[in-house]
Amino acid sequence: MKKSYISILLFTIAGLFVACSNDDDSTEPVNEEEIITTVILTFTPDGGGTAVVLTSRDLDGDGPNAPVVTVSGDFAANTNYNGTVQFLNETENPAEDITVEVNAEAEEHQVFYIPSTNLNLSFQYENVDSNGNPLGTLFSAMAGAASTGSLNLVLRHEPKKPNDGTLGDAGGETDVSVNFPLTIQ
Amino acid sequence: MRILLLAIFVASNFVCTVYSQDCNLKFTGTIRDFHDSSPLIGATIVIAGIDAATQTDLDGTFEFNSLCEGDYNLQISHPECKTKVVSISISDDDEKTFYLEHHIDSLNEIVLSAKAYTTKTETVLENTIDRDMLENYSGQSLGDAIRNLSGVTTLNTGNTVVKPVINGLHSSRVSTINNGVRMQDQEWGVEHSPNVDLNTASRITVIKGASALQYTGDAIGGIIVTEPVRIPIKDSLFGRSIFTFSSNGKGGSNTTSLIKSFESGWNAQIQGTFKRFGDFESPDYVLSNTGNFERDFLLKSGLNRINWGVDILYSYFKNEVGILRASHLGGAEDQVIAINSDRPLIIEDFTYEIDQPRQEVTHQIGKVNVFKKYEGFGTVKFQYDFQLNNRLEFDVRRGDNRDTPSVDLELTTHNFQMDLEEDKGNFSFKTGLAFNYQTNFANPDTGVRRLIPDYDQYKLGGFFIADYQFSDRLIGEAGIRFDHTSMDVLKFYRTSFWESRNYDELFPELVVEEFGNQILTNPKPSFNNVAATLGASYNLKDDWWIFSNLALSQRAPNPSELFSEGLHHSASRIELGDLRFSSEISKKVLLAIQKKGNLSFSVQPFYNHLDNFIIIEPTGVQQTVRGNFQVWEYRQVPAAIFGVDVDFGYKISETLDFSHQFSFLKGYERSNSTPLINMPPVNLYNTLAYTKESWSFSVKQQYVFRQNEFPNNNFEVFLPETETFETVDVSTPPDAYNLFEIAGNYTFVLFEKTKAAIGIQVQNLFNQSYRNYLNRLRYYADDLGRNFLITTKINF
Repeated sequence: MKKSYISILLFTIAGLFVACSNDDDSTEPVNEEEIITTVILTFTPDGGGTAVVLTSRDLDGDGPNAPVVTVSGDFAANTNYNGTVQFLNETENPAEDITVEVNAEAEEHQVFYIPSTNLNLSFQYENVDSNGNPLGTLFSAMAGAASTGSLNLVLRHEPKKPNDGTLGDAGGETDVSVNFPLTIQ
Repeated sequence: MRILLLAIFVASNFVCTVYSQDCNLKFTGTIRDFHDSSPLIGATIVIAGIDAATQTDLDGTFEFNSLCEGDYNLQISHPECKTKVVSISISDDDEKTFYLEHHIDSLNEIVLSAKAYTTKTETVLENTIDRDMLENYSGQSLGDAIRNLSGVTTLNTGNTVVKPVINGLHSSRVSTINNGVRMQDQEWGVEHSPNVDLNTASRITVIKGASALQYTGDAIGGIIVTEPVRIPIKDSLFGRSIFTFSSNGKGGSNTTSLIKSFESGWNAQIQGTFKRFGDFESPDYVLSNTGNFERDFLLKSGLNRINWGVDILYSYFKNEVGILRASHLGGAEDQVIAINSDRPLIIEDFTYEIDQPRQEVTHQIGKVNVFKKYEGFGTVKFQYDFQLNNRLEFDVRRGDNRDTPSVDLELTTHNFQMDLEEDKGNFSFKTGLAFNYQTNFANPDTGVRRLIPDYDQYKLGGFFIADYQFSDRLIGEAGIRFDHTSMDVLKFYRTSFWESRNYDELFPELVVEEFGNQILTNPKPSFNNVAATLGASYNLKDDWWIFSNLALSQRAPNPSELFSEGLHHSASRIELGDLRFSSEISKKVLLAIQKKGNLSFSVQPFYNHLDNFIIIEPTGVQQTVRGNFQVWEYRQVPAAIFGVDVDFGYKISETLDFSHQFSFLKGYERSNSTPLINMPPVNLYNTLAYTKESWSFSVKQQYVFRQNEFPNNNFEVFLPETETFETVDVSTPPDAYNLFEIAGNYTFVLFEKTKAAIGIQVQNLFNQSYRNYLNRLRYYADDLGRNFLITTKINF
């Protein structure tokens, strides 16, 4: 009886030390790998000129700070633009370009450009996935008459494809949703 | 006492020698539970003076051979019952039945009651789920089984993550004691269900309060105790196998156990469970990605020499659970669309595949315990248990991370416990010390910030409980427990959060190092908690009893309440804990009046007065690149929860029983009378059961009222596409619903000593579409539709 008491005690104490030994290692911070902190939209006017660059940057991710939105300038009325969008994770150094992943998994992604009704800006997809459905990391935009409003950019993960171009029909999950105040002059 | 025994010993020898009669008499009998007449397995019967002892087998029967004619004193004991001494006179082969009264420990437990599927009205006031009923839930979960008790509900995430709620409280406020081990399975999370295979239990008891201080002092809500099968001390080999087939989920389960025991006291047990279900279905659509796959086993061996013994146990539990695909959302914009849609936004064809989002949980328990009885001193017990809990949560992710879990937590717990208990007739006590060490490791390879930080936790606790029988009718009980908890945490905060909370000014000493936009801190919170209980039971007259119990309990905040800081994907909201929290304090009054007999009832009012009660509530909307998210912050408030549980039973005839159950509960913040979130709505059950010989049939109705008292946590979100503001209705409870269930059961003898039973059950008979307020996925999909369940049991 005594023997078993002692052996159990020894066994358990040994167990405790083994378990305690993994203390305090591996306390490196985790940098969110998939988080998109930054969205950069670049509109280059057909035939050259100064590009309009829209940026939304939220370096603390889900933290309390709101994204910082900047718009480099106004759009020119009745002008066609070639556009690209870039999604970055700037919590990593160097920043990770998540657009590469989005393009690689084009069938599972789609970028939606939703101008407010009072803004005379229309969009067209300029790239497609392997099934021929729109992707939207490349696009063209046509600025109409002078107006002000806002542009909502949404990146959806695993939407229904093809869809009717509305978010409601596409479904899926929102990976990015940012708003830019815009003016066409 | 010794002199008396000696006297009996001498006397019986004297009787034998003088008369020198036939010494080949056989004395057999059965030991039954006084309350429900169920056979007591493993009861010990000692014949004083002649050194004869035996234990009851599975049918509660025992046998003594080669007895001489004469008078004997029998001492009958059972771990759960008060020891009884009876005198018998033997002149011929004889057979007798003895009834044992529950031990005084059950004073705390009696305030719970259950109307099980049983046909004996005596059981109306049992607070336990017995083996028969557990077998009917073999393919389901612990929560599914115990919500049949009045006052017990469940908080679900879909239909496979089922968390028990006792008198309105759950998660860290409810402790589960599984095979004598207090489960440390990350019970803090609302979407974490207990990692328990209910097939390892032969009985489950629910205690609606913190008054069972031998287990824990912080179970403000209550305690769930699963009890293993009792193994007799005799040469035997027995077991059982249960197969279930379920039409909904197109799956089933099997559990098989085998127990070998020896006259010498050695025993061994092996048990395994396998459950596999595909997507479940609501009446109108497939609930895509709701399958589950569970694999468990248990190995146990022990030696029971009546006055000392050893037990060794190892159990393994693994469960993969799919979470409704349509519930995985981006921000508030997605949420409003999902909530406003009548149907889930993702419905696919039925499959057994479990895809993302899903949980994969493994829980292992190792336990060694020894006990020894010292005459005149008491029973000393020592237990060491080890638990390893690994929780993986897989989200819908992109790129290389697709198969990497977003949450990977490994919680290791070591527990040492030493108890002493003694029963001195009308006075008995139990005292003990416990030391507990726990370490949590959050794997950084997930590529997602740690939801729960790395920590070490040390706990030291001690308790003393005593009860005293003042008279045949009055029993009093008192207990006290003290627990010290200290934590050593390594937590990375976002610098922006650390500063927005003013922690940089309040706790500059906690900062270890700064990394870019994150900050490593080393908080060391510690808590001293006291729990106490005082109670009495009084037998008014024949069938009438009154019980009262006062319990004070304190609970240290859990890691989630202290350290949460970020997006909780499965809830689509940002959750923020608070480093400054102190322990919750609960003072609970539990009263009960019960009547037994052909017409039986119990009425059990309670009042739970809570201070520093931790609630989580919305405080605003936060903008991120992913859109808007609602922010929920933990806060401590004074609160009160009160209600009444009513059970009623009537034996209409020999074959027909009616039972009724009713639970009413309200919970408010005391300062401003705001209703507490997720309080179970009023609900009632009616059951009519017919039993004749080996046949039984029952019809059961469940009516759940709409919860009309709820906090309004709705918020508005702007939808750029339609340029409108939409209300995100996360508050409004669903409508009342009425469900019917029918069941039939036939028991028969398959071979000698092998009994079998076949049961057919139809749940949600009328294929009613409904949503349950206490289902976290109620926003997105209906609850389960009709289910045909076939259960086959074989006891051998």
